[in-house]
Amino acid sequence: MSRILAVLERQAGAWHKMSMEALAGALELGRATGLGVSACVPGPGAGEAAAQAAAAGVDEVYALEHEALESYTADAWVEALGGLVAEIQPVFVLFPHTYQTRDFAPALAARFRRTLMADATGFSMEGGAPVFERLLFQGKHIGRFVFETPAPNFVSFQAGAFRAAQPAGSSATAQVIVKRPALDPALIRQRPEPPFREAAQAVDLSAAERIVAVGRGIQDEGNLELARQLAAALGAELAASRPIIDNGWLPLDRQVGSSGQTVAPKLYIALGISGAIQHIVGMKGAGCIVAINRDPKAPIFEIADYALVGDLFEITPALLDALSS
Amino acid sequence: MKILVALKQVPARDFPVEADAARAWIDESALNYEMNEPDAYALEAALRVKESSGGEVIALSAGPERVQSALREALAKGADRAIHICVDGEAARGADPAVTAGMLEAAVREEQPQLVLTGLQSDDTGSGQTGVILAARLGWPHATLVVAIEPGADSVRVRRELEAGWFQHVTLPLPAVLTIQSGISRLRYATLMGIKRAKTKEIRRVEPPAGTAEAAGLRLLGLAEPRRQKQTQFLEGPPAEQAARLVEKLRFEARVL
Repeated sequence: MSRILAVLERQAGAWHKMSMEALAGALELGRATGLGVSACVPGPGAGEAAAQAAAAGVDEVYALEHEALESYTADAWVEALGGLVAEIQPVFVLFPHTYQTRDFAPALAARFRRTLMADATGFSMEGGAPVFERLLFQGKHIGRFVFETPAPNFVSFQAGAFRAAQPAGSSATAQVIVKRPALDPALIRQRPEPPFREAAQAVDLSAAERIVAVGRGIQDEGNLELARQLAAALGAELAASRPIIDNGWLPLDRQVGSSGQTVAPKLYIALGISGAIQHIVGMKGAGCIVAINRDPKAPIFEIADYALVGDLFEITPALLDALSS
Repeated sequence: MKILVALKQVPARDFPVEADAARAWIDESALNYEMNEPDAYALEAALRVKESSGGEVIALSAGPERVQSALREALAKGADRAIHICVDGEAARGADPAVTAGMLEAAVREEQPQLVLTGLQSDDTGSGQTGVILAARLGWPHATLVVAIEPGADSVRVRRELEAGWFQHVTLPLPAVLTIQSGISRLRYATLMGIKRAKTKEIRRVEPPAGTAEAAGLRLLGLAEPRRQKQTQFLEGPPAEQAARLVEKLRFEARVL
């Protein structure tokens, strides 16, 4: 059957926000290739969620329901989705690029002796087949990739690659097919415990109007004082990219990015942040982005409103002077 | 516990990475290389398991001659021995992570470790898949985004990072593959004694399995320039001028001060 299958993810009883972006990507690939789009929702609440996916514009929705899908494990997901892919034989299987996708989708593709096209940022049609783009070298280059393998092929879309699909309203009709996968719980090797949070988050960066964020360019823990002074002068919260948190220089609740908080302040000043995609997905919604970095090719400059190429240890004190005058 | 750490050598972060003339790949002639940072954390995690519960740590890398320096660094930090899968050209680039996983698989089958650790992704091609594909090919269970490891006799309990500050414990039977999140613990530096000892440790060279390069399912057509997503204003001049212009822009153009 010549179709695209979009695998959607639920999180704590609601859509994962990336699911609707992946669905939008599936609908766009469907228009470009002339393939119909089906969606698939594994796990609890699948039946209800399937109706919503139908409203967003897909014409067929599979709800995978099984007690072994109540909490996520890679083995159960690979088993359940592997069965569905083998049965309906889609041309493309698409995923939102979530942590969960990273955990099971490469193994699902490997079961079919395929390689997942991971975190594609877009595609273009060339000679009737899609050429996918992925970021390489921390966003310094874009790689253009094609599949050498016949269907089914597997693709995950990077956060922000497509604008989230909107439910079209109640007029949409799609067939909802509830399936109970043949799953032997005894074969699931991962034994998960309930998810937990370390401690209540002390800092809610998502509410901050201004943020000064530091990255590797700050070089040393002692230099954080400079960023603190700038934050104080601006009435801003101090934040950081992952490497600063990994070094233990700032607590986890100061981290912006895919593994930290997503922020949308009016002003975001990136000090010595190169702009790896994992950071950018957490802050590109900021109203005004200022990037200060010594590397003129740093990917952060691609999304900046104001770019200052230079030494942050010279520019930041100059900024403090300019702000006080 | 016998632990194998798969690590990759990647272009050093702080240096520009230029495309080659044909825009087919990067210009490798003028690059500095370093151990992929997430893999350095995987090595650190393996060394800590060994220090707390004994065993052996074997560093494994596939790539051209230059990866010997990454393996030597792993030995200097405390790995017991190393295996170098000697491969050059397209198969060494990692454009298709299944090709890399195929090469690692052969070495893992030969060594039969109880754990394979690797970084969650590489800083160059960044697929974040090699460990998971390796586990699938071996028929072993896996866990990704691991931030803590509690080894048991025939199982391992790990702490996985979920999104937005959530975590989860998962227990897996051994043998298993774990992909390690950056920041799992502070990285050690090699000591002078370690560097000295590393010179006497073995780096075994092996050939990749036959047909490695032909196994690719993804083909890289070439590189494209990143596209600017905004009308970026570059504020030039000496730092004081840059700063003054920025403050003016923020006050009167963006109106955010």
